[in-house]
Amino acid sequence: MKQTFVPVLTVIAAIAAIWYIACVPMNIREVLTTAERAGAVVYPETAVERRDAGAIGMVFANTGELGASWSVERARLPAPHQVVVEMWDSTFGEELFGRRGIVRSGTLSNRGLFYHAGITLSATLLGFAIGAGLGVILAVGIVHSKAMDMSVMPWAIVSQTIPIIAIAPMIIVVLYSIGVQGILPKAIISAYLSFFPVVVGMVKGLRSPDHMQLDLLRTYNASKSQSFWMLRLPSSVPYLFTSMKIAMAASLVGAIVGELPTGAVRGLGARMLAGSYYGQTVQIWSALFMAALVAAGMVGLIGWLERRTLRRMGVQS
Amino acid sequence: MILVFTAFALWIAMWWLNVQLANGPAAHLPAVKIAIPAIFGLTLIVMWELIVKGLDVPLVILPAPTHIATTFEANLSILWADFNQTFVKGALSGYVIGCIAAFLTAIIADKYDFLRRGLLPVGNFMAALPIVGTAPILVMWYGFNWQSKAAVVVVMVFFPVLVNTVAGLRDTSGMQRDLMRTYGASYWQTLFKLRLPAAMPFVFNGLKISTTLALIGAIVAEFFGSPTLGMGFRISTSVGQLALDMVWAEIVVAALAGSAFYGVMAWIEGRITFWHPSHRR
Repeated sequence: MKQTFVPVLTVIAAIAAIWYIACVPMNIREVLTTAERAGAVVYPETAVERRDAGAIGMVFANTGELGASWSVERARLPAPHQVVVEMWDSTFGEELFGRRGIVRSGTLSNRGLFYHAGITLSATLLGFAIGAGLGVILAVGIVHSKAMDMSVMPWAIVSQTIPIIAIAPMIIVVLYSIGVQGILPKAIISAYLSFFPVVVGMVKGLRSPDHMQLDLLRTYNASKSQSFWMLRLPSSVPYLFTSMKIAMAASLVGAIVGELPTGAVRGLGARMLAGSYYGQTVQIWSALFMAALVAAGMVGLIGWLERRTLRRMGVQS
Repeated sequence: MILVFTAFALWIAMWWLNVQLANGPAAHLPAVKIAIPAIFGLTLIVMWELIVKGLDVPLVILPAPTHIATTFEANLSILWADFNQTFVKGALSGYVIGCIAAFLTAIIADKYDFLRRGLLPVGNFMAALPIVGTAPILVMWYGFNWQSKAAVVVVMVFFPVLVNTVAGLRDTSGMQRDLMRTYGASYWQTLFKLRLPAAMPFVFNGLKISTTLALIGAIVAEFFGSPTLGMGFRISTSVGQLALDMVWAEIVVAALAGSAFYGVMAWIEGRITFWHPSHRR
């Protein structure tokens, strides 16, 4: 534990330090503009000259004004603590005590991050369930039918080289035109992304029992379905969990990407898009962090289920 | 309606043919191994054509394959320009920069154990995050042209390649490293003659995963602003105009580019890691 804890903490601290330092040249133009308006003498003096000047040079020429770099309102690169404050404000601050928060109106505020994360997460989970379910069914078919293995598997691989985002807007438009909208189009994109890792992992898992074990079942005169339920399925469980972790992360990417091209107004992807339109960098960063937390949480949840399941099955993990 | 029935009859017939081929005596021949997926794919396309024609599916829902092919042919110059902008300039340059950066970082992280123990969990964590979300930020920083797309691709491919390379560099046994030490080999000699070659299967695993990520990153970044050019731009504007045949033509381009990119990496992998058990015949 201590073997990894200290190095990881060091790396994270280093990233935070680099981030704070990077804020200075990234935000120098805004800082100087504000300082000039406040009456300070900055170098170069006019905005036109500053436009063409190098950021690093300006940093060293204006060392007196740099304190504001970490509190610029619409920063090109907001400082870490600004993101943390924004995250607190748009989660607990807004959801609990905001004008439309849970205390005043009884529902989650539609300006809060929990609300948007919930929208994205519901599409993610629905898509993951569809994708993982289809993946397992397809894997069972592939393992049991040689024709299916030889004809479907190559196309499943090719389908992964098609960037899903190319299909995302079209899926949403097509489903909209036949009257399906809301959560389902996003979930279908998530399902498409999450099904492939599950197929590959599950096929590998179902084929993991070796000849010795299969032969043993044959000497017991076990039927095909018995050897499936009692040998192949249990031995595929570790593979299934590993690929489910990958599939869950992919599924979240799918849900976020599914929100982008449609101009959706709800969900983490929509928050990023809106932040990009209105130059609200802090909003983009906080949505990004929220997505990261959701991803980490879901992957962690699957990992916890994996440990519990494997322990009950008696597998050393 | 007759066309739809033809489609399903064709499907049953072709499936039967595939089952016969796969379970027949010739199943191990290379020609049959190619023929079976080819028959499956062709059947799907012909069924698609027949069902779209048979049910009179409107163009805004699903264009027929022949229609897409016509659009593809009529717009070759546009598609080529989009391909050039998104794939060659955005995805490919970002891919090269990101992979080289990740590779060098991995070698440094491998040399210093403290760094490896700190960087690897962070890298594993980052590889699972929706990094596509950094696209709006990077578009804001690097402008609307291909540089911002390349930056998104760099961030996306960095962590998978880093994690895989670090894992690969540790894939030599103590016995092999001890042998190098008895030869009096220096760190760099061990690195270049033993550990880098041994790491290559892992490195190529990362590189192959990253091919798809690179294309996704470049296309997604175009949704956050792009010049009037590029596959992502064309897809989002064509969807707005309900010109789905154009969207499908772009999808064909993306599929061809993605498959070719993956295929090239797999081919290079086969040439470099020919010694690995998975490539033995």
